[in-house]
Amino acid sequence: MSNIDSKIPKGPLAEKWSRHKEAIRVVSPANKRKLDIIVVGTGLAGASAAASLGELGYNVKAFCYQDSPRRAHSIAAQGGINAAKNYQNDNDSVYRLFYDTIKGGDYRAREANTYRLAEVSPNIIDQCVAQGVPFAREYGGTLANRSFGGVLVSRTFYARGQTGQQLLLGAYSALNRQIDAGSVEMYARHEMLDVVLVGGKAHGIVARDLTNGEIKRFGAHAVVLATGGYGNVFFLSTNAMGCNGSAAWQAYKRGAYFSNPCYVQIHPTCIPVHGSQQSKLTLMSESLRNDGRVWAPKKKEDAERLRKGEISPIDIKDEDRDFYLERRYPSYGNLVPRDVASRAAKERCDAGFGVNAEGKAVFLDFKYAIERLGRETIEKRYGNLFQMYEKITDVNPYENPMQIFPAIHYAMGGIWVDYNLMTSIPGLYAIGEANFSDHGANRLGASALMQGLADGYFILPYTIGDYLAGEIMVPRIETNTPEFEEAEKNVTSRLEKLYNIKGGQPVDYFHKKLGHIMWEYVGMSRNEEGLKKAIEEIAELKKEFWSNVRIPGEMNNINPELEKAGRLADFIDIGDLMARDALNRNESCGGHFREESVTEDGEAKRNDEIGCYASAWEFQGEDKEPVMHREELVFENVKLTQRSYK
Amino acid sequence: MADKILKKIYVKVWRQNNPSDKGRFETYEVENVSQGSSFLEMIDILNDQLIREGKDPIAFDHDCREGICGMCSMYINGHAHGPDSEITTCQLHMRKFEDGETITVEPWRAGAFPVIKDLIVDRTAFDKIQQAGGYVSVNTGGVPDGNTIPIAQVDAEEAMDAAACIGCGACVATCKNSSAMLFVAAKVSQFAKLPQGKVEAKRRAKAMVAKMDELGFGGCTNTGACELACPKNISISHIARLNREYLKAKFSD
Repeated sequence: MSNIDSKIPKGPLAEKWSRHKEAIRVVSPANKRKLDIIVVGTGLAGASAAASLGELGYNVKAFCYQDSPRRAHSIAAQGGINAAKNYQNDNDSVYRLFYDTIKGGDYRAREANTYRLAEVSPNIIDQCVAQGVPFAREYGGTLANRSFGGVLVSRTFYARGQTGQQLLLGAYSALNRQIDAGSVEMYARHEMLDVVLVGGKAHGIVARDLTNGEIKRFGAHAVVLATGGYGNVFFLSTNAMGCNGSAAWQAYKRGAYFSNPCYVQIHPTCIPVHGSQQSKLTLMSESLRNDGRVWAPKKKEDAERLRKGEISPIDIKDEDRDFYLERRYPSYGNLVPRDVASRAAKERCDAGFGVNAEGKAVFLDFKYAIERLGRETIEKRYGNLFQMYEKITDVNPYENPMQIFPAIHYAMGGIWVDYNLMTSIPGLYAIGEANFSDHGANRLGASALMQGLADGYFILPYTIGDYLAGEIMVPRIETNTPEFEEAEKNVTSRLEKLYNIKGGQPVDYFHKKLGHIMWEYVGMSRNEEGLKKAIEEIAELKKEFWSNVRIPGEMNNINPELEKAGRLADFIDIGDLMARDALNRNESCGGHFREESVTEDGEAKRNDEIGCYASAWEFQGEDKEPVMHREELVFENVKLTQRSYK
Repeated sequence: MADKILKKIYVKVWRQNNPSDKGRFETYEVENVSQGSSFLEMIDILNDQLIREGKDPIAFDHDCREGICGMCSMYINGHAHGPDSEITTCQLHMRKFEDGETITVEPWRAGAFPVIKDLIVDRTAFDKIQQAGGYVSVNTGGVPDGNTIPIAQVDAEEAMDAAACIGCGACVATCKNSSAMLFVAAKVSQFAKLPQGKVEAKRRAKAMVAKMDELGFGGCTNTGACELACPKNISISHIARLNREYLKAKFSD
């Protein structure tokens, strides 16, 4: 059944969304009161959606695994949010933002979705300003902007290096207002463990209360997944420790298609890995590349002496420094997109020019900016980031260049959705990082926050109405039905199975092993042989995990190991699907770099003849090979060209 | 950055199985900890050890591990988030400790933050205070263009100073009265510096203070410990602003 219907409205690109909004149905206020919506996840997408739906008059139940919605990982986004405001008069426009995003995503996103994202972006800024988000301002009181990777205009709005925090706190405050008003019921420290389908439609979820292990049923007329990405499949990533792909994976097992799982973004400016005890990686905002210059030594002997700690980077003269991004990409320089900057750093390190003990780091140097602008200006722009760097590494970045290396950051792939953000299961929606639709094979800086809030504030609240208008005769969903019974049993028996293995190794032991396989074979570059090996090794690891994991503690108490085990079981399966998808995609594009497909000068080579599709994987049952459907991507408004930042 | 190894340290940690359990300290030995590891990574190592020994690992709250989510609530050697300034526990590194040292770890202690298990406390009270008025009442859509609300740069910066609060609760845990004044002040102060918050300013100050009192947080006696413990360096000058806002609201009743 390859009936992939993306439901993209007909008509000119710039009019699709407004025409669609006019055509879709709305629910009367009297009927909204009778309709229940579940929102899982309360980051930028989930909190903004839950608040907006509550304002509209629906009954909303919101869930998050953290102790408070304010802790969702959106809070960690540092650099900024894009919007086509053209406040700087530098010739920005909705079309230009759309074009940069499509091009940045290596022409693997949907035109219509991406255009809509650019179109609603100015509203997001207005909304956040009205909520009291303290964006940076010019002396005259107007909003300030800066530029970000992959872009030649200044369209990024920011609140110091804590933009994600401030946007999330804005959405959190809107959510709090609705909780106080009684239109949203908040369930913190709850983890969704299954989606319940009745007659093929999403009618609720089963969740575990993480404080006491109680399994609970919740019914609703529609379910929205805003559960973020699956980057933690690599163990070491910039994601928060609890970020997981489990909700998306349960949806997949219930019939929602999973799209482009192999697209994972590698962020170029992370603090490098050191030693073997590390649990996660810390990102340094991409905005640093506005003023920091990236370099590696020109001479191998300098690199070697740096690795041994015999010399310090400030001993290396300017003429012996290779500013390789400026050298290779003169027009974008240090502001090339993330995938390009990441691969260039790996190329230098692989060639023997890495600068830390492990040989896996390059420099991000502020010496030149401090000379040009003064330390005070740099401190004002990036002070908290510099402080964070010093706390972690014990090195003062005002005096010594920072060391950086690429790390796993963001999942462009996710649950397949149509133009209405509905999955292939009626009544089940996916928004923000959890879905696949807007970023293609690579995400430009400052576009994730934009998508989360666009989906939550301005898209889902309209499109879900179109579906719910057809559900107004459905009475409140009862949870004492066979479908809920079956889902609860499914959840309980899986937890018991994991708990009763009583093997010899803790969960993290397996997670690190999985991370190693993924980074080695499904990481920054991939090839056929490696991907096949990954699939085999993941299958072995799966067997070992399911026979030898040890979960201590009690089922009916706080049990982080049990939570981690369930998530890891899903990560193992997600890792397998990522490798399959990467193997299947016989081209290089964005974050997906196949060694078999490169241009003469070593850049990623797309193949539009075979690659112009979004994969949509369909679950066939445990241990059965999944089936891939293709959604052909049609480009009517942009010409597909080799991406060049030279 | 060659990291030294701490050959052996002792971790004296609060164990409490559930809210009604009395709780007690247990001491564990941990070997070979890199000084480049974070404090939470040290607990990961200890937990790995406990699991292998068939014991219950230490339950603790943590998530982003980059100093911004505010989840990692631990009292270490008598300091909220440990003996270093302007950091969360995840940003505390083992280079701050000596070989052979005994490190004492406790959960936040405050009546309004009951212990759930070991080092995990319930900070729902903070959400409830925010729900009482820590927002600007504006619905999605129908708002003016951002640049039609000009804000002086200095005001935006001061609002941002206050808005940087991560809601971790270190201020409450450090205060001898378990007062939530710094937390409440940060939010009230953010909106007091912005035109958007003005319309509801009086209602907000009164409602948030009333909620804070109702939930069992103590009063502020201006000892300033909260400011010293705050990982985001939120200034007690915001408490002064909260007091002004509150008094203004009271006098206009």
